[in-house]
Amino acid sequence: MTKEISLEHVWVEFGEFTAVHKANLNIAGGEFFSFLGPSGCGKTTLLRCISGFQEPTRGKVKIGGQDMRGVGPNKRPTALIFQNLALFPLRTVADNIAFPLEVRGVDKKTRRKRADELLELIALPGQGDKKVSELSGGQKQRVAIARALAVEPDILLLDEPLSALDLKLRQHMRTELRAIQKQVGLTFIYITHDQGEALTMSDRIAVMNKGKIEQIGDGKAIYDHPTTSFVASFVGENNVLDGTVLSNDGKTMKIDAGLGTPFTVENHPAGGPALAPGDACHLFVRPEALRLSKDDSAINQFETNFVTEEFEGNMRHIVMNASGTDLKLSLINDGTNAIDANTPVKLDFAPEMGIALKPGELASA
Amino acid sequence: MKMKSPTALIPGLYLTLFFAYLFGPLIIMVITAFNSSTFPRVSPWECFTTDWFGKLASDDKLLSGLGNSLLIGVGVVCVAIPIGLAAAITLSQVGPKLRAALYTIFIAPILVPGVVIGLSTLIFWDRIGTLFNAPYESFFYDGTFLTIFGQVTFIAAYSMLVFLSRIQRFDTTLTEAALDMGATPTQAFVKVLLPFMAPAIGSATVLAFLASLENYNTTVFTIVSSSTFTTVLSSKVRYGLDPSISAVAVIIIAITLIGAIIYECRNRYYSKGWAHVIAERPALKIATHPGTVAVILGALTLAAVLFIQNHDSSVCTAQVLEEKRALQQQLMEQQSINSPQQAVPAPTMPNLGPLGGDEGSASAPSPFGNNIFSPENLGTSAPEGN
Repeated sequence: MTKEISLEHVWVEFGEFTAVHKANLNIAGGEFFSFLGPSGCGKTTLLRCISGFQEPTRGKVKIGGQDMRGVGPNKRPTALIFQNLALFPLRTVADNIAFPLEVRGVDKKTRRKRADELLELIALPGQGDKKVSELSGGQKQRVAIARALAVEPDILLLDEPLSALDLKLRQHMRTELRAIQKQVGLTFIYITHDQGEALTMSDRIAVMNKGKIEQIGDGKAIYDHPTTSFVASFVGENNVLDGTVLSNDGKTMKIDAGLGTPFTVENHPAGGPALAPGDACHLFVRPEALRLSKDDSAINQFETNFVTEEFEGNMRHIVMNASGTDLKLSLINDGTNAIDANTPVKLDFAPEMGIALKPGELASA
Repeated sequence: MKMKSPTALIPGLYLTLFFAYLFGPLIIMVITAFNSSTFPRVSPWECFTTDWFGKLASDDKLLSGLGNSLLIGVGVVCVAIPIGLAAAITLSQVGPKLRAALYTIFIAPILVPGVVIGLSTLIFWDRIGTLFNAPYESFFYDGTFLTIFGQVTFIAAYSMLVFLSRIQRFDTTLTEAALDMGATPTQAFVKVLLPFMAPAIGSATVLAFLASLENYNTTVFTIVSSSTFTTVLSSKVRYGLDPSISAVAVIIIAITLIGAIIYECRNRYYSKGWAHVIAERPALKIATHPGTVAVILGALTLAAVLFIQNHDSSVCTAQVLEEKRALQQQLMEQQSINSPQQAVPAPTMPNLGPLGGDEGSASAPSPFGNNIFSPENLGTSAPEGN
């Protein structure tokens, strides 16, 4: 039992402040959908619109084709997992999980049975009589999920549920969440500011900034083919160069970025905003797309000087300077690619790895 | 360096003084309850007696006042706690501007003198009663009802303060979570907020009950023709005090102590550290259970009550009475011997000033330098002054 959700021109305004700016999207039943954006971008407000804690100022939220205006949070087929989990501290684990059944008047025995089933599902069998405070962070996390699943909602909403966990546990919970979603087959709507979480778990991602949805697509599309400067700079690391379009033949563009010979960049396959000759542009090149030139005949080649290096074990993060612009460069630590700090180094990148976009707001680091 | 420096003693000294200041009056009060002297005092010690408890038990006025007080206390708790809780919840949900305004309004009854509250309650309900042409037997003129109404105005504000400090620590997402899980707003309140507030409700109940029990300045107006424990006590102070008041104090102190001891035992018994200690010692586990402590204290109380009932100090008091009579006799005899002599030195008295006055003269040395206020001097000192 899953239901699709559609947001139709949803606006949320708090006085002068616009929290959500004309959100328009459809989420299919059974999909793992993420909203990704910096804090304050309106993603939590949007989630509260879906769960019913916030009425949109304009527009409609539809769940399973039904307009949800005027339907309270306790009457919607959604279950929300809060950022702080909001487990009831005075109840035992089983009583927490059975709470949705309790308020629906289910008798005690059935409640207990269902709680035990769910404890089985989240791999915490026999822990029903513990206090919530006796659980670890990851266990609390799973209890919160079990509680949300107790009455078999159609849609599970998750508001940055992993942000309080440490790195190892977070990575573990990512796989676990994804596994639970596959197992129960529900629509998951996931809110996060962590692009790693969004990319690893989601079927599709909506990147938001300042109340606007910038781009919707799967993880690969968002990462490889961003359509706005904000998405390009927010998702993953990116080097940005200011340039001018010299020519555009529909397939490739020539861009002058002030680093010697003009760069050749492939035109955007996702059909982003077309750039005409003479337009100013942002040219994005990912740190892993930059490479040390093997010979002098490579395309898109330019000269840089070594600035500093950060060693991360498997990767080396190097900062190079090209005519006053610092560029990040990530190299696999495989024993090759030694860099002489005192002589200029030539770098290049493949034409399909450069992304030219209309200049726009960049994500602040 | 085993010698403590003098400055290290200061905290100890301070603590001693502090506790002496706190508990000194209570200790004196307890001692006076067992002195047979008809005025509550420690010295002169006459006889050890428990008669004052008996006198207290047969004091119908005080007992009926106590009954009224307890009834009013329960009534005040029943009305003030829901009002205080509602006020605290309201304050926790409104915006900052409205909160400041509401807070001032809610807190105002605490700042208004109790006398004013008492008087205005009396006048207000009298006006309302007149409006409805209610007879004097109606509750508009009933002391118990008026006192409950009057006390609730400020005790509700006290309990609101207790609730407010607790509710500030409440995570409002818990209520949202409950709603999201399908609970109705009422269910969310009963199943999530109320259990969280339970400790505060407990302490506010105790606080409200005690505040009601000990209130005097509002009650004295609103009680009208009836009486409460405090108003009876105060009239006793005015019309003649005897140590049965000390006996009341002893009983109150005893109840407080027993309650506090059981509560503390309970806390320690359920603490984590103690759970480890008694895990393998079943005897100790039973011995330190708060129930056991309560039983022991109950037995001690019963023993004290039996002792008080059966202790007979009549021999000693009779003896003291006899001694007093003998002393009085002696004084009277002395007076009758001295009185002829007293008539002779009277004219010279003013010159003697403070030094004058033998045991025959009843008046103390006057700060004015002579016995000008002594009746026997009236005639003689007047010409002296000219």
